[in-house]
Amino acid sequence: MEGLHHDTILEPSAKDSAKIKKESNEEEKGETHSDQADSMDFSTSTANQSLSAEDKVDLYEKMVRIRRFEERSLRSYQQGHIGGFLHLYIGQEAVAVGSVSMLGEDDHVITAYRDHGHALAVGMDFDECMAELYGKKTGCSKGKGGSMHFFAPDKNYWGGHGIVGGQTPLGLGIAFALKYNKKKGSCLCFMGDGATNQGPFYESLNLASLWNLPVVYIIENNGYSMGTAESRHSAGDPLARRGEAFDIDWSVSNGHDIYEVRQTISDALTSAHEKCRPSVLEIVTYRYRGHSVADPDQTYRSKEEIEEYKTNKDPLNLFREKLIKEGNISEDQIKTIDNRAKGDAEASAEFADASPYPDPSELMDDIYWETDNPGEKTSEGTMFFETPS
Amino acid sequence: MAKITYREALNQALSEEIKRDNNVVLMGEEVAQFKGSYKVSEGMLEKFGAERVIDTPISEAAFSGLAVGAAMMGMRPVVEFMFWSFCYVAFDQIFNNAASVRYMSGGLINVPIVFRGPANGGTNVGATHSHTPENFAANTPGLKVICPATPADAKGMLKAAIRDNDPVCVMENTILYNMQDEVPDDPDFIIPLGKANILKEGKDMTIIAHGKAVHTSLEVAHTLEEKHNVSVEVLDLRSIRPLDVDAIIKTVKKTNRVLLVEENKPFCGVDAQIAFLIQDQAFDYLDAPIKRVSAIDAPQAYSKALENIQIPAHDRILAKAMELI
Repeated sequence: MEGLHHDTILEPSAKDSAKIKKESNEEEKGETHSDQADSMDFSTSTANQSLSAEDKVDLYEKMVRIRRFEERSLRSYQQGHIGGFLHLYIGQEAVAVGSVSMLGEDDHVITAYRDHGHALAVGMDFDECMAELYGKKTGCSKGKGGSMHFFAPDKNYWGGHGIVGGQTPLGLGIAFALKYNKKKGSCLCFMGDGATNQGPFYESLNLASLWNLPVVYIIENNGYSMGTAESRHSAGDPLARRGEAFDIDWSVSNGHDIYEVRQTISDALTSAHEKCRPSVLEIVTYRYRGHSVADPDQTYRSKEEIEEYKTNKDPLNLFREKLIKEGNISEDQIKTIDNRAKGDAEASAEFADASPYPDPSELMDDIYWETDNPGEKTSEGTMFFETPS
Repeated sequence: MAKITYREALNQALSEEIKRDNNVVLMGEEVAQFKGSYKVSEGMLEKFGAERVIDTPISEAAFSGLAVGAAMMGMRPVVEFMFWSFCYVAFDQIFNNAASVRYMSGGLINVPIVFRGPANGGTNVGATHSHTPENFAANTPGLKVICPATPADAKGMLKAAIRDNDPVCVMENTILYNMQDEVPDDPDFIIPLGKANILKEGKDMTIIAHGKAVHTSLEVAHTLEEKHNVSVEVLDLRSIRPLDVDAIIKTVKKTNRVLLVEENKPFCGVDAQIAFLIQDQAFDYLDAPIKRVSAIDAPQAYSKALENIQIPAHDRILAKAMELI
């Protein structure tokens, strides 16, 4: 079990700004390949050039809200209000927010068990998500899904899936249905680096390419499959190159730069919409917390490594600095956004706490469509063999 | 009403439902150009085109999961497994995703999908190709499971399964594919799931069976009647989940003696649950302990000499029935 949680600092400080500027200067010298990639400026690329100041502030606020929601949920977990697993997305926010911000009405999203960020990015609200974590009746899945299983089909969000790589064929099927129904849409199927070693992913890549399906596989490479570093779990580098064997376009990009994420997704969406072609995008990112928060974090990586990322590559801090530099956000706005996110997160915890648990009779709801709709029942016989008395 | 094979009955059901509902597609290995490994889908590619009758690579996990994803989006895919034994490489997609997505989403998402194909031993193909996983599926809340034993049931129940808004596992039998019988040609001929069928009335004993075991049990019932003057009722379960518990209890109360027969393995087989239900709900009506015949409890043997012993055959069932008298 980790020590008590401290929220990340999202206040702009002179020290942080100086640090960021220094690094950015170093990057401009192009000392290493990755530094070169880091230094590329995507703020005026095609995907970002028409963003208004308001749009940009909105993107920033979405990331802050995910961060503050999850930090609050971590406290609730430590207080014993949340059971089971809590896989936090903290550190990876720019990937979900940047990706989802590019989507149109026929674009869909599916992900794995680290799903809070994507859920909030597609527009699910704090209350239903926090209540779900608390196992309450007011949760988005009525307390039956939990942390790993958030769904909002009305927002084109198909979960939240607990088995590593298990969602990769589902994302393919969503893309299949879109194409079958002649929609110019796509399915973004998020997965972790660990999921690239599951068999169904490759079966899915083969079908995606063979059948020309508009699915975009997004490998959010946070460096660790649970506690196993990429160098210990995967042969061949980079992971996205595995798409090449199936003639699928692939790329590697930085997940701490929301502008770069948006451009990467934009290119893949064009390919999906215009040519019905899949893509494999490896977006390099980092998570600050353990695989699940109860997991020991120091057995496989150092505190220094985590601090290094927090200091130099925090996607929120980097974006905030950019917005300040661009003159698109004020100190007041930054504070207001942060306070609003913290306040809403606190309120969601209070809402969840005050909400009732599901009634025992609800254990038997939502299993079959048919038993939930007895008036339209077509079958006969007994469906359940042990029910609450 | 025409006399057609079990295979043709399945073909009719699939064709009629594909014609009726644009959301229905058939996909699986060799279903289109090859006309089906067991020719169930013969002629369908020509009739409905490659968009509706879809050949897949040998990738059960991917195409099962693809179909689940498409079903979540409102399509009604029918997935053919060349053998149900092959579902084992797609277990996660069926037993986690298809079965649980509705529950885990608090009822927001339906999965109207059919997984179908043969699930039987008795064809000399060894352990990997002879599985009968109806008990696995029935053990999974969220899935429905049927085992039609006659051509009419194959048609009426497959059509019901395709129209069902929940995932349905349809377990067929290659040995029954050539069986002929009368089948209604009404395009709305439906046999509801969860309804057992008394194939033969009797008063001294009931044999309860499902799948091909139903036919062996019928032969045994006739032998008992002709040679031993025992009147035997034969109840075909047809559907495993939902289960027609009322029909089971009713026949037990009528005959007071019951023999359970299945081609599944015994441990946690379907009949283990049936036996529990009978003793729980009709204990006082039993004049003898419940008897049971299932497949011999070894991995399915290849050799005909062994497999013939393994699957419940006429004489083994007869011997067990004699213990009840």
